[in-house]
Amino acid sequence: MTSVPMPSALTPPRLQRAVLILLAVTLMGVLLLLPLVVVFSEALSQGFETVVEALETEDARAAIELTLLVAAITVPLNTVCGMAAAWCLARFQFPGRTLLATLVELPFSVSPVISGLVWVLLFGANGWFGPWLDAHGVRIIFALPGLVLATTFVTFPFVARALIPLMRAQGPAEEEAALTLGANAAQVFWHVTLPNIRWALMYGVLLCNARAMGEFGAVAVVSGHIRGQTLTMPLYVEALFNDYDWVGAFTVAALLSLLALVTLGLRVLLERHMDHGRGAA
Amino acid sequence: MTGVAVTLRGLTKRFGNAAALDDLHLAIAAGEFVALLGPSGSGKTTLLRVLAGLEFAETGTIEIGGRSMHDVPARKRRIGFVFQHYALFRHMTVARNVAFGLEVMPRRDRPQPAAIRARAQELLEFMEIGGLADRYPDQISGGQRQRVALARALAIEPTLLLLDEPFGALDAKVRKNLRIWLRGLHDRMGLTSLFVTHDQAEALEMADRVAVLRAGRIEQVDTPDRLYAEPANAFVHEFLGESIRFDGAVSDGAVRFPLLPGVMLPTRCAAGPAVALLRPHEIGLRPGGGPAVVESVHAFGPLCRVRLRLADRVIEVLLPEGTSPPAPGAACGLDLSAARIYPESPRAGS
Repeated sequence: MTSVPMPSALTPPRLQRAVLILLAVTLMGVLLLLPLVVVFSEALSQGFETVVEALETEDARAAIELTLLVAAITVPLNTVCGMAAAWCLARFQFPGRTLLATLVELPFSVSPVISGLVWVLLFGANGWFGPWLDAHGVRIIFALPGLVLATTFVTFPFVARALIPLMRAQGPAEEEAALTLGANAAQVFWHVTLPNIRWALMYGVLLCNARAMGEFGAVAVVSGHIRGQTLTMPLYVEALFNDYDWVGAFTVAALLSLLALVTLGLRVLLERHMDHGRGAA
Repeated sequence: MTGVAVTLRGLTKRFGNAAALDDLHLAIAAGEFVALLGPSGSGKTTLLRVLAGLEFAETGTIEIGGRSMHDVPARKRRIGFVFQHYALFRHMTVARNVAFGLEVMPRRDRPQPAAIRARAQELLEFMEIGGLADRYPDQISGGQRQRVALARALAIEPTLLLLDEPFGALDAKVRKNLRIWLRGLHDRMGLTSLFVTHDQAEALEMADRVAVLRAGRIEQVDTPDRLYAEPANAFVHEFLGESIRFDGAVSDGAVRFPLLPGVMLPTRCAAGPAVALLRPHEIGLRPGGGPAVVESVHAFGPLCRVRLRLADRVIEVLLPEGTSPPAPGAACGLDLSAARIYPESPRAGS
């Protein structure tokens, strides 16, 4: 239609290009950079000492410890289960395979609030197993097991999703070669399977960990909001915020943001490694 | 290393409804170099994988070196397997790839680390790639990868070597050299080898015997010359080399062809549909009128290729040296007396 000559069919004219770039940069600044700046500047608004003080309160310490504990249980659990799921889905054809593949993705398509709510419905005081658990003195909801369950559910897909496409692309040939060379199952796993997926695995574990520490919706439902006991860092941020403790809220938020930044950095590094690994024969 | 005899009896395997192996029998003598040749989907690779223990047949027995392989897992069969795309361990150096089979041995059998390294290097030297020990698989060429794959398979001192399309991923030049080299290697090591290919030139040039597969069955196992000269059935005739086909029917001990009125060949085939198959040089031309019209003549060196039009098809005939070629446009008859006549089997053309 147009008679204006263009350098390439896909290169827009100069003015249009400038407008587009400006728009993208502005959006990124407003949506991504600005909140980050706000978090850190608000946290530091009363000076560095208040930050240290806010982190040294007993409740803050409990929240940090709880968050680390939940992640320390959830991440290894999901790493093992995620690897097993990926291995099944990438290596075998079996009835119900598509169903399992869909189930692996389920936590991503369900609202985190529901991911928390199902556990309340199962193990809460009025839930299916609640009365029985109560009678035996086992506490799941409003306690650590509930937090772990909710977090595990929400973060399950990360490891499996990072591994499945890679394992499919690599195929079973190297593992079969190892078998014909006399390796047993454990040797095949440690010497062939694991080294071939290590970067993708670390990538999945990293994302899993970031989400496990940052999850809000699912844990909010099962936590019960008992200060010093069942508040993870994201929940603690909300609690402080509701108390008008701005500096405290933003301090803990800044800590979480730092975690996100470190995750982002590691992620970039890992992605480079993975691109290299995929290019290899 | 000395090769062992392999005996396969009645192997059957299905994928869904399709038979990958269909009551397959094959006997391979110790030290033999046998090619499995067949169109894609004929079950060649499946047979190799069943032999290696990577897949399992539903019925039938496998004996290697007189020992039944029933209940022997892949890792205990000590079969050298060279995969189609080599399946080298991408995160290990060439030397570690070759050493792998020795490093995973149970502790009581495993050589010392220094001995393993020496053995790997020795194998690489033997394969003429000693300088590549510290490279990674993605840093070497296709032909070099193939040698690494072979060295790795040979490191466990197999008695049987299986190769799945060993030259499939290589370009034509490298392929030719490696063929000669691989055959020499087999002879020097005294192995029993079985290799899969869909390239008939490769099979006929390298193998002691060639097994032609179709739809999970072996149609014929024979030496290359006999396979070409005396095909057991129409499929083998048409699969190997150039083949010209005339459909006909047998009655009263002779076959007649609708396309060629007046031609009648005696046969012992039972009455019913039949095919006559000939190599291009086996067809004779009878000048002086007939159903075939000469379209063109290409005399080139000792050969003379004549293109003929016969009804709605074109056939190419090779005339022996010294015969004077017909002129284009001339009508002539065909001499099919050298034809092999096979009953039209119900499976033909499938």
